[in-house]
Amino acid sequence: MLRAENLAVQRGPQLVLADIDLELRPGEVLGVLGPNGAGKSTLLGALCGELSPARGQVWLDRRPLADWPGSERAQRLAVLPQSSTLNFAFRVEEVVAMGRLPHASGRLRDGEIVAAALAAADAAHLAGRSYLALSGGERQRVHLARVLAQLWPGGAGQILLLDEPTSMLDPLHQHTTLQATRAFAEQGAAVLVILHDLNLAARYCDRLLLLQRGRPHALGSPEQVLRAEPLQAVFGLEVLVQRHPERGHPLIVAR
Amino acid sequence: MNPVIQPRSLFLALGLLLALALWLSLALGPVSLPLADTLQAALRLLGVPLGGARLEQAELILGQIRLPRSLLGLTVGAVLALCGVAMQGLFRNPLADPGLVGVSSGAALGAALAIVGGAALGGLPEVFAPYLLSLCAFIGGLGVTALVYRLGRRDGQTSVATMLLAGIALTALAGAAIGLFTYLADDATLRTLTFWNLGSLNGASYARLWPLLLVTLAVALWLPRRARALNALLLGESEARHLGFGVERIKRELVLCTALGVGAAVAAAGMIGFIGLVVPHLVRLLVGPDHRVLLPASALAGASLLLLADLAARLALAPAELPIGIVTALLGAPFFLYLLLRGRA
Repeated sequence: MLRAENLAVQRGPQLVLADIDLELRPGEVLGVLGPNGAGKSTLLGALCGELSPARGQVWLDRRPLADWPGSERAQRLAVLPQSSTLNFAFRVEEVVAMGRLPHASGRLRDGEIVAAALAAADAAHLAGRSYLALSGGERQRVHLARVLAQLWPGGAGQILLLDEPTSMLDPLHQHTTLQATRAFAEQGAAVLVILHDLNLAARYCDRLLLLQRGRPHALGSPEQVLRAEPLQAVFGLEVLVQRHPERGHPLIVAR
Repeated sequence: MNPVIQPRSLFLALGLLLALALWLSLALGPVSLPLADTLQAALRLLGVPLGGARLEQAELILGQIRLPRSLLGLTVGAVLALCGVAMQGLFRNPLADPGLVGVSSGAALGAALAIVGGAALGGLPEVFAPYLLSLCAFIGGLGVTALVYRLGRRDGQTSVATMLLAGIALTALAGAAIGLFTYLADDATLRTLTFWNLGSLNGASYARLWPLLLVTLAVALWLPRRARALNALLLGESEARHLGFGVERIKRELVLCTALGVGAAVAAAGMIGFIGLVVPHLVRLLVGPDHRVLLPASALAGASLLLLADLAARLALAPAELPIGIVTALLGAPFFLYLLLRGRA
């Protein structure tokens, strides 16, 4: 499993992330919340090995993440960045098939997986179209399908890191995307997802990490983290916390 | 923009086009050879004993003049197109040109140094001059590219954007130096300089062909091994890293391939623009951006186009000869604009 131990990241003279002790658990969706510049993307960058830590260590199983060979790591750990710069007219299924590059599972199996991943991301109808002809939200779903395909079918030991996967999506697809993420976690994968919408986090995450200026402010269940005091302290926002009338999870309303 | 053609049909069409271009380039010129003579003379060259004084003359023209020139054109076209694909992949921009990393201008500077320096020393020995020119061009190209690459590196990472800007700056600097040489050069040197800067297959010889052929073979065998990595690189550098590729190593390889390939091409035939820019772009419009198809198809298309451009350069004002760089720019630039406008519509 992926585990961060006393992790700190430095940018210039400043520690932009520190005191991170975190374990991603199989089958669990961990949400990361925090205001702009709180270090959410930095945390994700450090957890996937993109940023090298100033202190501490990230472990994948019992080996430091940095010691993993590229393709073996890619078979275990997939990352969805906030936005993509792809500027070439690949067809949608070609983009998703790139998720299979670390694997040698064969053209036939890859084709099945690409179709399944597209369906899971509610993007099956986009197959055959040029990536460049898609809207921002559609592109985001295609990339979600790509990282799902990279780990497909998902299971214990696999790790999925998502950086604001819902930022460009309409309300319906914000929910379908997080439902797909949940379903993927239920196959056994460990998921970390950076979110801005507190109510989406309350509904779909098992645990939440609240970051403030690069330090963890709170880590726990949605009920423990999504309370008026920590939200006021971190976001500077006065909120009322209610119960969702049907589902019982916290419901956050700005005052 | 979905692919228009299946890869297999495209390879077939490009193969036929190349065969046609090669035949035309061998058959046409000041002395036109009929198809039958061209074929028979080619067979004689390969050692098939066919008789006839007419064939003897055809064999001479073919073997000594046309074949080295055609092979040089074919090779230059293929390697420029391959390096164009590599650079467009590296810069993740379909409008990138293999000259962006400074290799063309560096080679031109090296050549200008050799031409002007040679003239200043009172002329180099006749046997020695062409090799020195090519060598200086090659070294100039490699040197400037190495500098651009170094300038783009910080903290063990290569910034493609910094490389791009460094390439532009060094290209301008090299241009200024070449301009200075041009200003200082006498008439005869000026003519060599100009002709060389516009590119030409004139003066092709086997001695000039072999080094380029070796480099081209190396590039043509190496780049397709990186086709999957190039595809991943189009997603973005981080994304390629997350897919398990050693991005820094691949960037280094791509720059090295381009420096060697374009450096050798410019050293052998001068500056020939637009092939490396237009050919990959065109092929991509036909079959899509997948590098597993794009690389070999671009090599074939680049070879054919350069042969045809050379044919036009030879025949347009015969018996005089245009620099081929003028032809490729004359055909390439409007075509490129057409592609741009069509893409926008």
